[in-house]
Amino acid sequence: MKIVTPSPSRFRPTSAIDQSILVENQALLEKISRRGILRGAASLGALTMLTGCDVTNRDSVQDVLRAMSSWNDRVQAILFDPNKLAPTYSEADVVRPPRFNAFYPIEDVKPVDRASWRLELGGLIADKRPWTFSRIAGLSVQSLVIKHICVEGWSYIGQWSGPNFRVFLERIGADISAKYVAFRCADGYTSSIDMASALHPQTILATQYAGEDLTAPFGAPLRLRTSIKLGFKNPKWITAIEVTNNYPGGYWEDRGYNWYSGL
Amino acid sequence: MQMADTARPRPVRRLHPGPVRVMHWINAIMILIMIGSGFKIYENQPIFSWIRFPSFLLIGGDPEVAFKYDSDPGFGGALQWHFMAMWFVVINGLAYLTYGFATGRLRRKMFPIKPREVSETIREALRFRLSHDDITVYNGVQKLLYIGIILVVIVQVMSGLAIWKPVQFSLLIDLFRNFETARFVHFLGMSAICLFLAVHVTLALVAPRTLLAMITGGPPVNESPQTPAVATPHAGRENKDEDSDAVSLSVPSDKRD
Repeated sequence: MKIVTPSPSRFRPTSAIDQSILVENQALLEKISRRGILRGAASLGALTMLTGCDVTNRDSVQDVLRAMSSWNDRVQAILFDPNKLAPTYSEADVVRPPRFNAFYPIEDVKPVDRASWRLELGGLIADKRPWTFSRIAGLSVQSLVIKHICVEGWSYIGQWSGPNFRVFLERIGADISAKYVAFRCADGYTSSIDMASALHPQTILATQYAGEDLTAPFGAPLRLRTSIKLGFKNPKWITAIEVTNNYPGGYWEDRGYNWYSGL
Repeated sequence: MQMADTARPRPVRRLHPGPVRVMHWINAIMILIMIGSGFKIYENQPIFSWIRFPSFLLIGGDPEVAFKYDSDPGFGGALQWHFMAMWFVVINGLAYLTYGFATGRLRRKMFPIKPREVSETIREALRFRLSHDDITVYNGVQKLLYIGIILVVIVQVMSGLAIWKPVQFSLLIDLFRNFETARFVHFLGMSAICLFLAVHVTLALVAPRTLLAMITGGPPVNESPQTPAVATPHAGRENKDEDSDAVSLSVPSDKRD
């Protein structure tokens, strides 16, 4: 091959680039440019489409995430073994005081007066008369030394005592074939659990921690404590309980947290 | 054998068959989602106050979106992403392992791992004389890393299941001692995956042919018993082993045709 040199330069190559390799591999090159690039574009295109929908169409992404979360609710309900007990620990491992958590800081806790406190009942319950604390205190007490596991990842061992929730539900004539048990709290917090978890032997209405009456920050006078749900499914300062077949949601549940949240 | 029959050419077997490429990229996207949303979940309650993740790496944490949908700075969203992607990682991973065992690809590509081969590769790499001539044959370090990361992901799934369902999967919790240690193992697993990713992506960028091969399929893999092994300067002996292995495995697939 002949090349024309406009000016003599030390840096200019004396011969042109060898083109024979291109000619030799022409078939291969054509194959790459036709099929390979197309195929490559397809997978790269899939990638951009995925990130694209995140940016441009947030509603549909949120719909998918919510649908997956309710799918996870169903899977967890299937995985749940109503007879399987959570591990219990020795009283020596109990942390005092328990760890505070709420959707506001501990300074903002408004104590609930035990004497004037009433527990309202609603929904599929035969005997809806409100309960006073002294009536609750008259029920037989069950004690649990169990681990509290928060959705954030922290955990501690605590000792909780109070009436067994199943015994309480049967006592008030609740329809235990209903789907949900919902809770309303003095601070406006709400939550709900499935009936199977409500009937679990380690689900109680706690009135005591480490053998003493509950203090204000930890849910006095009455809170739910269950060994088989994350911390936020254990509402504090309960003022009303409802048994229902309509999905009740809850404070965090309505903010994208998984509803079932079983351990 | 029916090797004389050359009228109909067999489809070319490539380094990365279609299913492997699809599974690789599904895994790549989902693992990145797992890491990004995991960072966000970790940030809510860091295990170590001195290990924090910058906000641009977090997934499910766009405060604007989170407040619009969840009236929350995005922690619930991160959990949703994490518990969505886990299904894809697990199902895709099981499909990959099933495919790898069923086709014999895992055994062919990853084994045997010889300690001498590994040390030789490291020595070559340190002298910047690592051979990339034949990307269809993994060197000792590659085999070790790929088998290692598969095992790490398996442990990561196990520790993840343990802290997701510590009561229902109490056997897994016992395996990792308790909830706190299982959570720590899950953190260590993430760290190992990030380290692997750093090395894996760097090497793929250093040798872009390998990256391209995961998109287009890469060079044809020689599985015909009649073609002699192509000797490359650095992977001579091992290459021969690989090929004789490939021969014995390619026979049943020929007969199936």
